[in-house]
Amino acid sequence: MSDVQQLKPKDFKSDQEMRWCPGCGDYSVINGVQAVLADIGVAKENVVMVSGIGCSSRFPYYMDTYGFHGIHGRANAIATGVKVANPELQVWVITGDGDGLSIGGNHMIHSLRRNVDMKIILFNNQIYGLTKGQYSPTSPQGLKTKTTPYGSVDAPFNPVQLALGAGATFVARTMDVQPKHLKEVLAAAAAHKGSAFVEVWQNCVIFNDGAFKGWTEKAVRDELTVNLEAGKPMVYGKDQAKGLKVQDMTVKVVPAAEATVWDPTVASAAPAFLMSQLDNDPAMPRPFGVLRTVAAPTLDELVADQVGAVTGKRGPGTLKDLLYTPDCWQVD
Amino acid sequence: MSSELIRQDDVTIRFAGDSGDGMQLTGTQFTDTTAKVGNDLATFPDFPSEIRAPAGTRAGVSGYQIHFSSSDIYTPGDAPDVLVAMNPAALIINYKDLKPGGIVLVNTGSFTEKDLEKADLKSNPLTDGTLSGFRVIEEDINQRTVEALEGTGLGKKDVLRCKNFYTLGMMYWLFSRPLEPTLEWLQMKFKNKPELAEANSRALKAGYNHGELLRLFQGRYDVPKVDDAPAGTYRNIMGNHALALGLVAGAELAGLKAFLGSYPITPATDILQYMSELKNYDVITCQMEDEIAGICTAIGASFAGRLGMTTTSGPGLALKTEALGLAVITELPLVCVDVQRAGPSTGLPTKVEQADLLQSIFGRNSEAPLPVLACACPADAFDCAVEACRIAVEYMTPVILLSDNYIANGAEPWKLPALEELPRFKVEFVTDPEGYWPYRRDAKLARGWAKPGTPGLMHRIGGLEKDAKTGNVSHDPDNHQLMVETRLQKVMNIRDSIPTPEYFGPPDPDLLVVGWGSPYGAIRSSVEALQRDGKRIGRIHLRHVYPLPHGLAGIFASAKRIVVPELNMGQLARLLTSELPQFKFESIHKVQGKPFFAPELKVHFHRILEETA
Repeated sequence: MSDVQQLKPKDFKSDQEMRWCPGCGDYSVINGVQAVLADIGVAKENVVMVSGIGCSSRFPYYMDTYGFHGIHGRANAIATGVKVANPELQVWVITGDGDGLSIGGNHMIHSLRRNVDMKIILFNNQIYGLTKGQYSPTSPQGLKTKTTPYGSVDAPFNPVQLALGAGATFVARTMDVQPKHLKEVLAAAAAHKGSAFVEVWQNCVIFNDGAFKGWTEKAVRDELTVNLEAGKPMVYGKDQAKGLKVQDMTVKVVPAAEATVWDPTVASAAPAFLMSQLDNDPAMPRPFGVLRTVAAPTLDELVADQVGAVTGKRGPGTLKDLLYTPDCWQVD
Repeated sequence: MSSELIRQDDVTIRFAGDSGDGMQLTGTQFTDTTAKVGNDLATFPDFPSEIRAPAGTRAGVSGYQIHFSSSDIYTPGDAPDVLVAMNPAALIINYKDLKPGGIVLVNTGSFTEKDLEKADLKSNPLTDGTLSGFRVIEEDINQRTVEALEGTGLGKKDVLRCKNFYTLGMMYWLFSRPLEPTLEWLQMKFKNKPELAEANSRALKAGYNHGELLRLFQGRYDVPKVDDAPAGTYRNIMGNHALALGLVAGAELAGLKAFLGSYPITPATDILQYMSELKNYDVITCQMEDEIAGICTAIGASFAGRLGMTTTSGPGLALKTEALGLAVITELPLVCVDVQRAGPSTGLPTKVEQADLLQSIFGRNSEAPLPVLACACPADAFDCAVEACRIAVEYMTPVILLSDNYIANGAEPWKLPALEELPRFKVEFVTDPEGYWPYRRDAKLARGWAKPGTPGLMHRIGGLEKDAKTGNVSHDPDNHQLMVETRLQKVMNIRDSIPTPEYFGPPDPDLLVVGWGSPYGAIRSSVEALQRDGKRIGRIHLRHVYPLPHGLAGIFASAKRIVVPELNMGQLARLLTSELPQFKFESIHKVQGKPFFAPELKVHFHRILEETA
C-alpha cells in the first residue's frame, strides 16, 4: 500500500509529457503541488485533481493521481460532486482567470460560499492563452489583445476580492516566480479544511508576457509587494524597512517598527479586503500570502452529518420501507 | 330521493376555481379517498404558471380532473360528468367540456357583479341560458361555510379558506365516499394548528351533511370498486413521486448510493423535493446554483462512485447539453430525467408536450449517442427510473429518461412490485490493478468503473478524446474514429438487453398505432374501444425510444398502415422514418399544451380505418 512509504514529488508525476510552452509559469505551480503532496504524505489514490478548460486545466493529466478534465468553467461543480460523494478524497480544482472567473464565475462563487472542502488554484495570467490571446476578466483596462485591438475597456475582477466577497474561508495569493512562497501558500491551502482559494500570478510567455513583471521582478519586488505572514508585522521594502499600518479603515506606510501585526484568522473579512484594496493604489505594495483563513463547517461534512442524523432518527431505509408505506391498501 | 343510490361505473369530475381556492388540494384529497375505496383512477391537474394570477380572472383558473371507475382505466377522462365551478371564470372556461346533461355545481357566493366583471363576462351565465342542457346546482358555498364555522373564532378570511373542504364534503356525499381518510389527513396536516384541523373538518362534514339533508342532487352515485383488479398491494402515486422512488430504488438495486444534483424547474422540481426527504436511504441531494452545476455535480459524484442523477425540464436539458457530452465521452453512468413541458423557450411551463425527444437523442455537439427512455404513466415511471439506472451502470453511459407534465402531476393506483421481482444489477467496481486501463471494455463494450480511493488505479478522464487502449489524451485520427464508433456501438448494444415491445391487436391489422410516453392511456383506451367494435387495429408502446428495440420491422411489416400520435410535430415518426425507411409512418400531432383525449384519437383512427377498408 502506498500509505506506508514516503512519497517524493516525482511520485506524483504521471507518465505524460507536459505540453505547456517552455517558460510557462504552470511548470512552477505543478512542481509546487507535487512537493506539497509529498510533504503532507497523502496517498496518491486519495487525491483527485479536477480542472476545467484552458492551458492550466491540462494539469490533471500530468499528475499520477485520480484526475478529471472537465468542461469549460465547470471544474468547481464537478469537484463539488466528487467531494460530497466521497469526503475522504482530497480534491483540488485547477482553473484559470477565464475558466474560473468568466465562464465558471457562477460556480466559483457558489462553491466558495458553500465552503466545499477543496483546494482551488486559480492560475491568473490575465489572458486567454489556449484560444491564443484574448482579454480575460482579469486583464487590466487598456490591454491590447486580439479582441481588444484598441485596448480593453472592461473593468477587471480582482480575484481575491471576489473570493472574499463570496465568503471564502481561505484566500491567498502567490506568484509563479517565487517557488518557495508558492509552496508555502499551497501547503497552507492543503492544510485548510474548507474551500481554499489561491490566486497564482502566472506568466504567459506567449500572449501576455511580463504582465506582472512590474511587481514580480527582482528589482522592484521588495518595494511593490508585501508578504503577509500570520503573527508577524506587515513589513516590506529593501531590508524590510517599511511597514504597513491599518488605521481608520485605511492602510498607511510607516516605519517597520510601527507596522501592524497581520492576523488572517479574524472573523471579519474586512482586514483582508482592506489589504486587497492596495492593488488599486500604484504607490502601495500588492499583498501576497494568506489574506484570510477561518474555520467553518464544510458542505461535505454538513451533508454527511445530515444524512447521518436523518438515518439515526428514522433508521436506515430499505426498499420495503420505500415502497410499502402506511397509505397502501390491499386488493385480494 | 337523496338516499337512492345510482350505480355508475365510470365518472369524471373536474374541480375548477381560482388558483387560491385550493382546487389542487381538493382534487388530491378526492383522489386519495377514491383510491382507498378501490376504484381505478387517473387524474389530470391543470393549473396556470403564475402562482397567483389576479384573483377571479380567467388566467387564474386552476383545475383538477379525476376519472374513477369500477374497471381499469388509462386516462383522466375526456368530457367530465361533473364540473365544480368556484367562480364565474372557472365556470366559463370549463363548462364547454362537460358531457351533455352533466352536473354543474356552482358556488353562487362568488357570482357578484364584481366577480363577473373580473371574469370578463357581460352577463351572468347562470341566468343567460349559457348552462341550458346541464343540470345546474347553485349553492352559496361561501355563506354555507361561514354558517358551518360559526363560533370557531376564526377570522372571515380563514373561514372562507375552508370552502374547498365544504365543497369536497358535498362531492363525497354525491359519490358516496367516506370522510375518514380526509379527516385523518387534516389531523396530520394541521398537527400544530388544531383550530385549522377542526375548522376544515367541520366544513367537510357540513358539506357532506348538506348534501344529505337538503337533497340538492337528484340522486346519489355509487361507483363500486374494481372487482377484477389483480390481487396485491396498491398505493396511489403521482408521476414525479414515482420517479423519485424509482431513482432511489434504482441506485439501491445497483448496490450504489444515489446522488442527485439538480435545480428547481417546473414541472420537475417535485422529484428533487421528494428525494430530499429520503436522506435515510443514503441519498444525497444538492440543489445547485444552476442546471449546469446540477449535472456537473452528478458527473463528479459518479466519478467518485455514487450513482449520479439530475432532474430537469426542457430548458434545463438544453443547458445540460454540453455536460451530457462530457458524460458520454467519460463514459460515466448518469441518469438525467427530463419532465417535458410545452416550449420552445419558457413556452407553457405548466402544460404538457413531448417535444424534447429529438433534443434528447441528438441534441449534443458532435457524435454523442446516449440511450433515451420514456415513461407511459405514473406507475410506469417507477419501472422506467429503475430501468434507466440499470442501463446507466451496465453500459457506463448517461441515460435520458423522459417524462412529461401530464405524467408528473397525474395520479393513479400503482400495484407495488414484489421486492424479489425487482431486477438486480449490482455494480462491481474495478479494484485489480492487473491489466487495468481506463477504457478497457467488457463484451458489451462498457468500460470498467474504478473509483478514486482505489490504490493502483489512478487514472485521468475528461472531455478530450482518449486513446482506446491507454486512456491518455490522443489526437490520433484512427483512434478518434475507433472511439466514436465504439461509443455508438456500445449504445446500440443496449438493444440486446431490452425486449421487443408487445403487440396488442389482431394479426395483420389494418392500422397499427405506435405510441411513446404519456399518450399511452389515450391510445390504449381508443384502440381497445375500436377493437371492441371489431376493427382491425392494434398498438405497440415504446418504452425505449433510443436505441429502438429489435423486432420492430416484423411488427410494422404486418400492418397495412402505421400511425404515430405524439404531442409534438411528429418527432418519433421522423425518427422511425430515418431508422426504418422501408415503412411509412403517418403522424398525428397535437401541440396545445393538452394531452390527447381518447375520443379525438378514436376519430383519427376511425377515419384511417375507413380509408383502408
